[in-house]
Amino acid sequence: MTALLAISNLHVAFKTADGEVEAVKSANFTVAAGETVAIVGESGSGKSQSMMAVMGLLPKNGIAQGTASFGGQNLLALSKPELNAIRGRKITMIFQEPMTSLDPLYRIGDQLMEPLRAHSGLSAAEAWQRAIEVLGLVKIPDPERRMRSYPHELSGGQRQRVMIAMALANNPSLLIADEPTTALDVTIQAEILELLASLQKNLGMGLIFITHDLGIVKRIAHRVYVMRKGEVVEGGETARVFASPKHDYTKALLAAEPAGRKSPVPDTAPIVLEGQDIEVTFKSGGGLLGGAPMAITAVDHVSLALKQGQTIGIVGESGSGKSTLARALLRLAPARGRVVFMGRSIEALGKSAMRPLRKELQVVFQDPFGSLSPRLTAGQIVTEGLLVHEPGISAAGRDKRAIQAFEEVQIDPALRNRYPHEFSGGQRQRLAIARAIILKPKVLVLDEPTSALDRHVQKQILELLRSLQAAHGLSYLFISHDLAVVRAIADYILVMKDGKLVEQGSPDEVMASPKQAYTRRLMEAAFGH
Amino acid sequence: MSEALKGRSLWQDAWARLKQNRAAMFSLAYMALILLLCLAVPNITGHDFTAQYPAYTRVGPSLEAYPKAETLQGELQDVAKRARLEFKEWHQKDGRIFLTVASDKPVDERVTRYLDRSDSFKDAKVEEKSADGLTLVMSAAAKQKYFYFGTDALGRDLLTRVFMAGRVSLAVGLLAGFVAVVIGTIFGSVSGFLGGRTDEIMMRVVDILYALPFTLFVIMLVVFFGRNFMLMFIAIGAVLWLDMSRIVRGQTLSLKRQEYVQAAEALGVGAVGILRRHIIPNMLGPIVIYLTLLVPQVIILESFLSFLGLGVQEPMSSWGVEIAEGAANMEVAPYLLFIPTFFLSTTLFALNFIGDGLRDALDPKDR
Repeated sequence: MTALLAISNLHVAFKTADGEVEAVKSANFTVAAGETVAIVGESGSGKSQSMMAVMGLLPKNGIAQGTASFGGQNLLALSKPELNAIRGRKITMIFQEPMTSLDPLYRIGDQLMEPLRAHSGLSAAEAWQRAIEVLGLVKIPDPERRMRSYPHELSGGQRQRVMIAMALANNPSLLIADEPTTALDVTIQAEILELLASLQKNLGMGLIFITHDLGIVKRIAHRVYVMRKGEVVEGGETARVFASPKHDYTKALLAAEPAGRKSPVPDTAPIVLEGQDIEVTFKSGGGLLGGAPMAITAVDHVSLALKQGQTIGIVGESGSGKSTLARALLRLAPARGRVVFMGRSIEALGKSAMRPLRKELQVVFQDPFGSLSPRLTAGQIVTEGLLVHEPGISAAGRDKRAIQAFEEVQIDPALRNRYPHEFSGGQRQRLAIARAIILKPKVLVLDEPTSALDRHVQKQILELLRSLQAAHGLSYLFISHDLAVVRAIADYILVMKDGKLVEQGSPDEVMASPKQAYTRRLMEAAFGH
Repeated sequence: MSEALKGRSLWQDAWARLKQNRAAMFSLAYMALILLLCLAVPNITGHDFTAQYPAYTRVGPSLEAYPKAETLQGELQDVAKRARLEFKEWHQKDGRIFLTVASDKPVDERVTRYLDRSDSFKDAKVEEKSADGLTLVMSAAAKQKYFYFGTDALGRDLLTRVFMAGRVSLAVGLLAGFVAVVIGTIFGSVSGFLGGRTDEIMMRVVDILYALPFTLFVIMLVVFFGRNFMLMFIAIGAVLWLDMSRIVRGQTLSLKRQEYVQAAEALGVGAVGILRRHIIPNMLGPIVIYLTLLVPQVIILESFLSFLGLGVQEPMSSWGVEIAEGAANMEVAPYLLFIPTFFLSTTLFALNFIGDGLRDALDPKDR
């Protein structure tokens, strides 16, 4: 098979204030026409940077060396105009974030026609025709009307389809997809993957698929390269790599699927936190001169009871109200309904009356980058709660508690004077957990604590959460869109859709016979077919 | 217990990046130099900034000492005229100037005072008196004076005055800028953080203040309270914190949705703690940048007011006052305009470069 794109001995480095940082070290890739090749690796493994280098899209301080031969030309040695004749036309790229890669000020049609007119020299009418054609190709309903729509009128999935249509408009021979489904809702991810796979087959183009998700690789790729710390550690047929991985890292990746189950708590366990008929509505618009506000019901009469030592998993798509429900239970969002904590009604408590209870009700957020204040040291962040709840402790005492907490979440306490940006994603999530458990809470709300993490870091965090639960008898509310993770950690599952509770039960009950089509879709997204 | 490692904060990172920005570092050095000159120069020129030398009005910048030989004759003639004596002859010998005067009445020896009184001479004494007392030879040492930047229309040393003016301009710029930033930050962050009705009301107050025409506002203040240095601060501070509060409010609105603020709320941290520990430190970057851009704005505003005659009053001076005076004497003594203008504009340049450099250093992802 002749290679469509052959990358050999690719080096990518970045000049920084601390000297040169190597992002990719002598990597080799080949893609043949009509082939889907996946590049897997964790964030920071250099998988995106190697493709950015090939496309000439590195930031100013990036340097690429090596060869990337495409149609007899070395892409790395081309001048900008020569490269422009190839990229956007013969090689196209789609990115992760469909929300920001379309210009909000232009209609879909204008954005689709622009590359057509620039590269293929079509007239306006011809470009219009071709644009409608490709919108049909990516299965956008009613393409004629969509041509006149603005990006904000489209859903995330539809926008990603438009991005794919833009990439396909000039009949490229190679499409590079950089995590094209990561930002999408789980149920939509599956549709986009299916679309990409069928387009690749029908159009016979080469497809390079960059992802961190092995499930996706298994589903669509012919061959796979595994990258780690800038090096390709393993490459080969997908089936072969999955069946008999050679490199230890590949083995570790494959073994990182969330595993294990949690046994249910006894019925006699006391109820710690209970919500009855919780309802949350948000008003938007209005104000001094804004007219009547619009009300949106985010959580619609949901009840739940969390027992001591129990983990309730709340599953649903983004916008299903699962995070809002948790915030309402913590009294961080205004809500109607009853909230009972340790037998005491807390829904009417004011801010200062709630303060002593905050110690018992803690929360860990999804984004380990956003949930730690960048100007404070790790030690200051972890001990902030002590300032509020145990103001009598001296600075030395706080430092001691910080060391204990660091040890509990398995981070070297010597790092406590470092700042958040000096930690990896997994370590930051550990810090966020340390900040919550230093107060010795009874209830811990975990709002997608693992979704921003790589699979095998995710596994470690789940292990940590399990051991903390066993050690302190914590009760968890675990919010996630990923049923695979929830099945591994929760002993009771709530499925939410559009603010309503649509299904609940033990993981096995729910998984064995999902009553709702929605639950089945979530399952498909989490476990594949 | 293990030894704690030192972390590298975002501020240290920013400083490292700023150090690589040559324009910003050069500007920082230049600002330090200007600051030093403003502090030191008025004390070492030997001229008081209010001292007037009527003999030297509008003399041009020169490295040589005054009086110059070619002007001496004229000055000696002036002295003779003032003493109502007849100027006969003068010559220089052994570093002293010998002047011969005559009169139709006997000359009083006390006329040496007229020489001493002049700006150019000192240590005058009678050398020789003719027998009839009608001619007198006096001698005096020349008073050496240096005016490197020349003198203004009232004969005051421009070098002293320019740096004296620099003190005032920089002080007004830094103080009023600082006051505006403090008020704006507190007002804006409280408004943004509390939100809701409070926010609405606080922002409408800002709107109302925005609607006041600035110059009219200053003229009214001057009319009611008279001219006074403090008034400048009040007038400028009252106007410039408005922008700051808008910027800070916007920053606060976006920061308060950050997960670390929510996490702090969930920890039970009160509003003051959140503002102090989380919101304001994370806003300091934009605030510092705005401050460096605000200082030149204040200096310009002060110059504008002083130019109009509403600002700093004589004998105090500011760069705006100096430029206004220079503009009035532009045809005869262009250096009176150019020298203060040079210092004002290079300072503004430097401050803007520093602001630019800080923005790049604190917000690396914008590049």
